[in-house]
Amino acid sequence: MNDMRLIERAVDMDDIKISARDVQVYYGDNHAIKDVGVDIEDKTVTAFIGPSGCGKSTFLRCLNRMNDTIDVCRVEGDIHLDGEDINARQVDPVQLRAKVGMVFQKPNPFPKSIYENVAYGPKIHGMAATKAELDEIVETALRRAALWDEAKDRLDTAGTGLSGGQQQRLCIARAVATQPEVLLMDEPCSALDPIATSQVEELIDELRANYCVVIVTHSMQQAARVSQKTAFFHLGNLVEYGETGKIFTNPEDERTESYITGRIG
Amino acid sequence: MLFALFLLVPVAAAAAYVTARQRATALSTAAGQRLHSRPQHHGLHSALWVLIAGWGALIVLTVVGEALIQRVLMARISDALPDEGPLQWNLVLSDARSFAQGAVSSEMDPLRERIAGAFSWMNGTRLWLTVLATLGGAAAAAWWTYKGITVEARARVQSETIIRRGLAVMATVAVLTTIGIVFSLIFETVRFFNAIDWQLHKFLFGTTWSPLSGVFEGEMDADKVGIVPLFAGTLMITLIAMLVAVPVGLFAAIYLSDFANHRVRAVVKPVMELLAGIPTVVYGFFAAITVAPLLRDTGEAIGIRVASESALAAGLVMGIMIIPFISSLSDDVITSVPQSLRDGSLSLGATKAETIRKVVLPAALPGIVSAIVLGVSKAIGETMIVVMAAGQGPNLTGNPLEAMTTVTVQIVALITGDTEAETAAGPAFTLGFTLFVMTLLMNMLAQRLVARFREAYD
Ligand SMILES: Nc1ncnc2c1ncn2[C@@H]1O[C@H](COP(=O)(O)OP(=O)(O)O)[C@@H](O)[C@H]1O
Ligand SMILES: [Mg+2]
Repeated sequence: MNDMRLIERAVDMDDIKISARDVQVYYGDNHAIKDVGVDIEDKTVTAFIGPSGCGKSTFLRCLNRMNDTIDVCRVEGDIHLDGEDINARQVDPVQLRAKVGMVFQKPNPFPKSIYENVAYGPKIHGMAATKAELDEIVETALRRAALWDEAKDRLDTAGTGLSGGQQQRLCIARAVATQPEVLLMDEPCSALDPIATSQVEELIDELRANYCVVIVTHSMQQAARVSQKTAFFHLGNLVEYGETGKIFTNPEDERTESYITGRIG
Repeated sequence: MLFALFLLVPVAAAAAYVTARQRATALSTAAGQRLHSRPQHHGLHSALWVLIAGWGALIVLTVVGEALIQRVLMARISDALPDEGPLQWNLVLSDARSFAQGAVSSEMDPLRERIAGAFSWMNGTRLWLTVLATLGGAAAAAWWTYKGITVEARARVQSETIIRRGLAVMATVAVLTTIGIVFSLIFETVRFFNAIDWQLHKFLFGTTWSPLSGVFEGEMDADKVGIVPLFAGTLMITLIAMLVAVPVGLFAAIYLSDFANHRVRAVVKPVMELLAGIPTVVYGFFAAITVAPLLRDTGEAIGIRVASESALAAGLVMGIMIIPFISSLSDDVITSVPQSLRDGSLSLGATKAETIRKVVLPAALPGIVSAIVLGVSKAIGETMIVVMAAGQGPNLTGNPLEAMTTVTVQIVALITGDTEAETAAGPAFTLGFTLFVMTLLMNMLAQRLVARFREAYD
């Protein structure tokens, strides 16, 4: 019985959740992402690292088509989620985003109660038929985001009244509540203090069991701590992609090596 | 002459500024140490005192001198014409003054000539005194502040005190003016209520408005001062206007902020604001000449009687007038809702419509409510459109197709009517006061509502 599960997990590990080929992104005339191709595995934390302005956020936003909301932005190339082209005509970005959740750099809770923040997605997608079901979804999401103990007595108070770290965990709970399959995180800890950061990092490690997590980070230590795979971007190019351990100890490209040893910043 | 003097004072102040600053700089160099206040503060201190002394002397002497001359001359005239009354004395004085200043007067006689002569002499003296005092005051202030420049002089602190007091005076003027207006409203209102023996219920709930019909018998008829028809008209027309303006304005704002691309926005927004600049008279005759006949003809064609002046015509056009206020203000607040909130909602798989309805509008609600309150105040206060398109007859009717009138229109009718101002002022001021109380209550209610539904975001 135990053995069976082990095998199942081993198979999952190799599942490719997202595969991108020849992705180009333009902001007007600015060619921000050039020929990027990458296979992102399920039940894995994949880190995007690279100097700022190299296109990490831009590429991340391609994965849930958030770039659609920017007028000047144009995306080309193939991105497949579970083998399905997400840029295809018949794919509705609204449905895609229900499957691919996102957490932003700056915590952005809605100016509503903690409960309403978490219940927002489930309500929209009609995931709960009764109030009790909704309560349960909210509780599960808050527990998953390690916020339940702090928030359970103040679910009716404003989400914007929480501390920065709590707000970010609330945003994670909000994203988790819609039961996405992929969780995109754009520098989720950049606005947080070290304690809140380590809480969120622990959380990311736990989320790996259920989700495919992609995290953008400017901190190499963070990438090393939480991720199994790392992709290094430089000037819009994907320079190197592989096991995190290998990227950090034995990079193949000299640009990766310079970045890791602190020569490109 | 006096006006030139008035302009001369700031010039003197500028000169005092430069001199004082130079002196302070020189002093600092000579003493080899830092001054307590920097040179420009010494300059400012000097300039401020020159302004205060110069303008102060000018204003005081002008006002006091004028009053003095008036009294002395009046005394002489009343001595010369003990049998006449103040009306006649005033006439003599004004004739004499205009003669002295070289204008044509209605008639001349020896008394008038004598008074004119006295006036010329006194006025000339006053003029010279004023010039002397103003220039002297300014010079004294400049000299005194100049002498006061030392290393440890606290010129900056002193100038800041002067400026602070100046600001306080301005604030007081604004507040006192408001209080004065409210008090004169209250005063006239009380007088009016006295005239109807405080039968407030007849005023508040009476259904006939014809306050001047009894004035020739010398009495205000309490049965004819019911404001219900006026407020019914105001409410009806405001309601129609808001039914037009709120949906159109709000949806226009949502379109502009969340759907229109940059180019559309760059054209539409200024055009909307242009609409807000059209004088209401223009809307008024548009309503009277175009919209009202159109409504009447349309009504005729489908067999409904529409009066040629109707609340509907006035309300519709007023609504159009208010659209830009609501759309422009709402657009500003909707645009200022952070993009990060929209992104948060979209990333959870919400549609654009859901995002706007559930996140953007609630966050922008306080601003939208103030926009609507502003719109309602505009509608209540608007007079021109109603005069032209809805008529002046205080009919009590619930039918928007009939002629109606509003509170503001009745105020205009009273003040511009044939009845003398003394009599007409009572009802007019009372209407004004009632309107004031009503808008005040409405504003307070709106603020309460906003405080209750406010969703704070940073
Ligand atoms: N909304 C936008 N409009 C125009 N250009 C953008 C926008 N967002 C990002 N860019 C450009 O795209 C490039 C990559 O930016 P980004 O993806 O934010 O980098 P990173 O997240 O790695 O710091 C930069 O050159 C940036 O100027
Ligand atoms: Mg970024």
